[in-house]
Amino acid sequence: MIKIVKQNEVSKKQSILIMLGAIAIAFVISGIVIAAFGKNPFQVFAGMVQGALLKPYGIKQTLNKAIPLVVLSLGVSIAFKMKFWNIGAEGQFYFGAIGATFCVTYFPNLPAYILLPLMMVVAMLFAGIYALIPALLKVRFGASETLVTLMLNYIAVIFVDVLQSGVWKSADYMGRNHVAKYPENALLPKLFGVHIGWIFALILAVIVYILLKKTKLGYEISVLGENERTARYAGMNVTKIVILAAVLSGGICGIAGMLQATGYEGTMTDTMSGGFGFTAIITAWLANLSAPIIIVVSFLFAALLRGSEAIESSMKMSPAIAEIIQGIILFCVLGSHFFTNYKVIISKRVKTSAEKGAEKND
Amino acid sequence: MAYVRLENITKIFGSVTANDKITFEVEKGEIHALLGENGSGKSTLMNILSGIYAPNSGSIYIGGKEVAFASPKDSIDAGIGMVHQHFKLVDVFTARENIAAGKGSRGFWSSTAELNKRIADIAEKYGLAVELDKKIYDMSVSEKQTVEIMKVLCRGADILILDEPTAVLTPQEIQILFDILRNMKKAGCAVVIITHKLNEVMEISDRVTVLQKGKCIETLKTSETNPQQLTEMMVGKAVNLDIECVPMERGRKLLSLDKVCVKNKENRNALDEVSFDVFSGEILGIAGIAGSGQKELCEAIAGLEKVSEGDIIFKDESIVQLSPRDIIRRGITMSFVPEDRLGMGLVAGMDIVENVLLKAYQNMPGMFINRAEGRRIADDIIERFQIYTPSASHTVKKLSGGNIQKVLLGREINLNPELLITAYPVRGLDIGASYKIYDILNEQKQKGVGIIFVGEDLDVLLHLCDRLMVMHSGKIMDIVDPKSVTKEQVGMLMMGHKQ
Repeated sequence: MIKIVKQNEVSKKQSILIMLGAIAIAFVISGIVIAAFGKNPFQVFAGMVQGALLKPYGIKQTLNKAIPLVVLSLGVSIAFKMKFWNIGAEGQFYFGAIGATFCVTYFPNLPAYILLPLMMVVAMLFAGIYALIPALLKVRFGASETLVTLMLNYIAVIFVDVLQSGVWKSADYMGRNHVAKYPENALLPKLFGVHIGWIFALILAVIVYILLKKTKLGYEISVLGENERTARYAGMNVTKIVILAAVLSGGICGIAGMLQATGYEGTMTDTMSGGFGFTAIITAWLANLSAPIIIVVSFLFAALLRGSEAIESSMKMSPAIAEIIQGIILFCVLGSHFFTNYKVIISKRVKTSAEKGAEKND
Repeated sequence: MAYVRLENITKIFGSVTANDKITFEVEKGEIHALLGENGSGKSTLMNILSGIYAPNSGSIYIGGKEVAFASPKDSIDAGIGMVHQHFKLVDVFTARENIAAGKGSRGFWSSTAELNKRIADIAEKYGLAVELDKKIYDMSVSEKQTVEIMKVLCRGADILILDEPTAVLTPQEIQILFDILRNMKKAGCAVVIITHKLNEVMEISDRVTVLQKGKCIETLKTSETNPQQLTEMMVGKAVNLDIECVPMERGRKLLSLDKVCVKNKENRNALDEVSFDVFSGEILGIAGIAGSGQKELCEAIAGLEKVSEGDIIFKDESIVQLSPRDIIRRGITMSFVPEDRLGMGLVAGMDIVENVLLKAYQNMPGMFINRAEGRRIADDIIERFQIYTPSASHTVKKLSGGNIQKVLLGREINLNPELLITAYPVRGLDIGASYKIYDILNEQKQKGVGIIFVGEDLDVLLHLCDRLMVMHSGKIMDIVDPKSVTKEQVGMLMMGHKQ
């Protein structure tokens, strides 16, 4: 008989073991899939590791992906802590980019040391206001923030589209809809070959950690996330907390958009997010909403994404296989969370005397 | 052999032995009380008999034959019916529909005529009065219970288990229930009643079995024992059963409500022109059937419910327009223990320190939270109220019920309130823990705190309180002197009859 029982308490060590086991299983399954396509799985895995973590160019590419992922995960983790399901990181990311591009377009001649901070502030502001919409709808009308934030993602992309084919359309692209390249003074400087967005990502991680763990607001956010009634009983102003946390969450996602625009793309496009806003939801949860772990998980995830890209070009693998591998790894790792919460008992049940009695009667 | 016999039943959950070789018998035509504190294994044992759990070892005999229940359905087929504490009825159905659903007709079509006849027979035999076409959501708790009993009897049960059936009934309703049980006994049913109210055990049962920490202590004839002996068996040590009402000089007027109205979602008055005063150094008890406006009253004072009319004066100042936080700052604390215990006032997933911080953090300077200070307060509360926990960083939901409630009450008292509102602070607690809480309340009263105590158990209210206010559907029926009033008079008031 197979029974599923709620796991009592899993030690840190056990949960790490479960996670490692899941990754091992993922590699075995992926290996089988790769072999079925006629490739040598060991070569493919080696290619992924080499492409993502060993070659200098690969490491740079991995970091370029890790930066937006870290910042977005930090952003959504604030909302998730409050059980405010902000699925709108993607949209807030784009509004951050719009805010940054706004500054570049209308104040192109400011010196970098004024323009860049201004871009960051305006990006936060734009994205924060964008996140204010679902927050207000929720506290005022009880609208589901999951749906509202999700739908606002698509509106944000269309907004970018309208801007790049309208007022901000550049003449440099022979009629194609494109925003002009940022001037030199609007680009983030590089340190160790990677744009300094990584420094901001680390600083933000520290700030979010302190916010959630040490401040009154962070405490209120976690109480509200656990139990809204209790929050009200304790005299908390629930409306104010929801709005503040949602705006902060959106604002940080906006910073990710600004960093990506000024650090990596050098402009704004309607595909620049690369789906990071959705991936961040996964990484935030895998990291259990903890800021330091978010850095680690996001980096590993970025390495996975970069490794898949690398084997596409170096081993002439179809991008579909790379995506299959990603999918298998994700499936196993996320699925392993089931085993940290539940345990499966396969038991040869010891018959009670009552049952033996019943059998005799039959 | 007895009609129902559970022999050497052992049930183990993880590391906890909930039932340890318990042997328990019920005869036909007997009312058998199963007595024990929380966590003593009463409910586990009855859940085994009703097929919800399978025992790790032990046997069940019914009518001399050994049986094995793979599911509750097997148990129902064997004639066992359980009336749970939380009724399993469909709210939007009528009584008849609920009974029909429980019966499970054999064919595809249900025969109303046949069912009606069966219901009428049972109603007459046991003296059950059910309005068959009334929807469940229009019913009082007592009516719902009657439907539940009818449902179980219609399925042909002759062994009836009732889990804490009197917890939410008025004294009059309890008498009606007891009459039904006596009729069933006369008709040859075996009745098991799970309870921890001793006076009811003495009144209704023929025999009583006492459980303590998963073990069966003894089965006694009710006529040969007394409450004091039963308590000692239940708790395992001698306990003083008297609840003390410490005599106190009544102090200044603290709180005064003037024709306060609160509207509910349907825009009807959940509180209807409620006026009363609370003085320092007194315990004002509030009695009433569940849902008579107690919650709205507590929440209105605490600023959580909007007051549509009237005024609330606290120490010569109107607090109607103030935010909950400002009301807490002025020295009013409110703790409400809901049915699930953890819904309001505590955060189940957080540790004691974080739960203690819930009210203290607002007075900390700056934007940062001082956890060291929180830990100091938590350790203080743990020591002062003898909370049994491995440490202050223990998650609250892993504590036992009594300790959870002590954390809640301890935190409120630690704020040194001038007015302490507490609703159902002993809800679901066993005797020892309850008495500890009465002591705490009396201690606060002696310090000059004004206390509003919303309670369920009339015996407790009558003994503990200086004045007793009775509510019925949002109105105050009367404020009586607990020393001169009888339980029956209070019961009449609770049901809305004014002498």
